[in-house]
Amino acid sequence: MITKITTPVEVAAIISLLLIFMALVLTFIRMILGPSLPDKIVALDLIAMLVVGIIISYVALSKQIVYLNAIVLLALIAFLGTVAFARYLEKRIL
Amino acid sequence: MKSLILRIAARNLLPLFLIISVVVLLRGHSAPGGGFIGGLLAAAGFILYAIGFDVKAARQKLNFNAVNLIGAGLLLSLLSGLLSIYRGAPFSTIEFFTLKIASNVSYAISTPLFFDIGVFLVVVGVLLTVVFSLMEEQ
Repeated sequence: MITKITTPVEVAAIISLLLIFMALVLTFIRMILGPSLPDKIVALDLIAMLVVGIIISYVALSKQIVYLNAIVLLALIAFLGTVAFARYLEKRIL
Repeated sequence: MKSLILRIAARNLLPLFLIISVVVLLRGHSAPGGGFIGGLLAAAGFILYAIGFDVKAARQKLNFNAVNLIGAGLLLSLLSGLLSIYRGAPFSTIEFFTLKIASNVSYAISTPLFFDIGVFLVVVGVLLTVVFSLMEEQ
């Protein structure tokens, strides 16, 4: 699918993919170490948003518009997950 | 939960969830999507509403009994399969129609669309029945 990197957009997408992957690794470490439960939940939310960024960069590279639909759904569901976790933190019951 | 921010967000996100669920449902014929994932999205909107307000308000917003949605969806799926028997083909054979809106506007409709709408209703009904009764239990 990805043939040759020529346009500036593709170069920018490659650079941002590298940076997002580094951020993903750091966030994953935070999610495992996280001293308290809220830290882990915020890290999970951040991971979902970083995955959204990865998909956007991949769309810019591969010109597969279909994945843009996945972004909308993923962002909505990630928000719902964070809200449900916050409710669990407050009430200790789902 | 008495959170004003969450209430405003839930109230404004529910129509967005429903619109996207219908888009995914209708797109499912020839692209990624379909009745199951559309039903999950619509149920997620109502679950968000129930978290922001409470289960009673979400039930009022749904306007139907969630169990009735399961029955309606199963009935619609069954009817979409029976239509091909009426036309002389085996059960669940795909039948195509053309729906004429105006003289130059027409839509192609097939029975899998109605089957998918039935799946959509069943998924919404099952998920909301389970989640609402779990949230009411406390």
